[in-house]
Amino acid sequence: MNVAAARRAGRPGWVGIAATLSLSAVLLIAALGLQTVRQRRYTVSTAGTEVLYLRSGAAASRLALAYAALTADVYWIRAIQHYGDTRRSASPDKPYALLAPLLDLTTTLDSRFTVAYRFGAIFLAEPYPDGPGRPDLAIALLKKGLAAEPEKWVYAQDAGFVYYWWLHDYKNAAAWFDRASSIAGAPWWLRSMAATTLTQGGDRRSSRQLWRQLYETAEDTWVKNNARLKLAQLDALDDIDSLAGLVRRFTLATGRPPSAWSDLVALRWLPGIPTDPAGEPYQLDLSAPGGVTVSRRSPLFPLPSQFGSTTGPPS
Amino acid sequence: MARVIGLIAYHVFKESVRDRVLYNLVLFAILLISASYLVGQLTAGQDIKIIKDLGLAASSVFGLFIAVFIGVGLVWKEVERRSVYNLLVKPLRRQHFIAGKFLGLALTLAVNIAVMATALYAVLAFMAWSQPELAKASVEAPVVDPNLMKAFALIYVQLLLVTAIALFFSTFSSPMLSAAMTVGLYVVGHFNADLAHFETVVKSGAVAGLARALYYLLPNLAPFDIKAAVVHGQPIAAGYVLLTSGYGLLYAAAVVGLAMIVFARRDFK
Repeated sequence: MNVAAARRAGRPGWVGIAATLSLSAVLLIAALGLQTVRQRRYTVSTAGTEVLYLRSGAAASRLALAYAALTADVYWIRAIQHYGDTRRSASPDKPYALLAPLLDLTTTLDSRFTVAYRFGAIFLAEPYPDGPGRPDLAIALLKKGLAAEPEKWVYAQDAGFVYYWWLHDYKNAAAWFDRASSIAGAPWWLRSMAATTLTQGGDRRSSRQLWRQLYETAEDTWVKNNARLKLAQLDALDDIDSLAGLVRRFTLATGRPPSAWSDLVALRWLPGIPTDPAGEPYQLDLSAPGGVTVSRRSPLFPLPSQFGSTTGPPS
Repeated sequence: MARVIGLIAYHVFKESVRDRVLYNLVLFAILLISASYLVGQLTAGQDIKIIKDLGLAASSVFGLFIAVFIGVGLVWKEVERRSVYNLLVKPLRRQHFIAGKFLGLALTLAVNIAVMATALYAVLAFMAWSQPELAKASVEAPVVDPNLMKAFALIYVQLLLVTAIALFFSTFSSPMLSAAMTVGLYVVGHFNADLAHFETVVKSGAVAGLARALYYLLPNLAPFDIKAAVVHGQPIAAGYVLLTSGYGLLYAAAVVGLAMIVFARRDFK
């Protein structure tokens, strides 16, 4: 046997390689087939499988060694997924149990993760079922951010928002706006916002001003989109007030409430089916204040409770 | 002397290329490119931050694997294959052999880090070009931030230090044990700062003194980690980078010196 033949000895030829490859492909396809059959026949419940093994931010920080920032990114992605999955889930029980610990881990691992503080606070403050409805935790998270970076006036501003929008505590909101305005680099309007909040807290016009300022100054797309949503909700509330007035007028004129928008369109009181700023038709709902509300399908649902539609403007 | 060391270093580099060590660069590129696409779907506008974090962390981890797993075999492999006898009968001092081995792996790591840094900058530049809104949202630091080079520089010096430690263990121990001890020292190196203030935890002055001695003796690797600060656009003084690099290079040189002594005194029978 020459050297070349010796080297080739025991090696499969092209036919052998092709046959092995084909066999591997067939086996893999068969395995995938079995998996599909198993998934169809036996549905494994995934409920309650989301677990957070590590809850201590300090311990996670130690274990991450030199990779704390990347670990923080992973926990941030988990926080977003947890919030989104829970919010979208069809389950009537939405505990958002891991949201606060995940945000705490993220911000302990990377204490300068601005979006985790700002958007985490928005997630936490959203009322149930769109969020856990924990403005207290939102404020605690923002305070943690402010402790890590005392020069970040946006955290103080956001804390003011949480007091204003979710807790309706205008005194504390004004105090936080004032605190934000005293930090170097804060915009001039925060000081006037503090005064307005104290005198006209809860007023829809001052709320609109507040969200507009946030919308115009927000650097982050998500914070900006959230401000845009709140502005659209305020616009919807104005629309609902006008529509509620028409409903009341119709009821007084005919002795019955309108059964559909077409009743008002037929009278030429409306040019067509009225839609909210998101494009969804408003709903006639006698159980709602003023008899008008936004559709449950609308991204604007639910509207903020503190500005719930009144009986509408005088007809 | 320099020529001999250079030749050995060149052969170590060539061997690492032959061993397909640089294939990790392909993995790195795939990781970055796929992450740049996927991250946008998963995060709330934090694409640039996460790509920077991922790029720097991956450079550090891949470099660490190379430093440890190639470093621990540098001398051991030569002894095991008995090729060391052929080398040592030549006009070659054992110290030069160790220095060449160290510099060869340092060259491999330098190529690795340079290519990884280039790849990260390329991905960031592409993201900034293709998604200008991301560049606008990235207010803490520019997307294509020259300061990332400071982080890469310290990652490289840290890898040199780890290489020196791996090489040191490689002169008298098996690869498995050397890898375990090198990784152990790497982990300890990140907790080193705790030893400096041990007196706040224990009452014994002797124990506190021992802890302080260990603090100075063991490598302090935590200061090399400026990745998060750079990504957040925090100012990193050039003096800090220079002093930390100086510490790392001197420490690595000292460990290589120890490796030379151990290897020089080793009896090959």
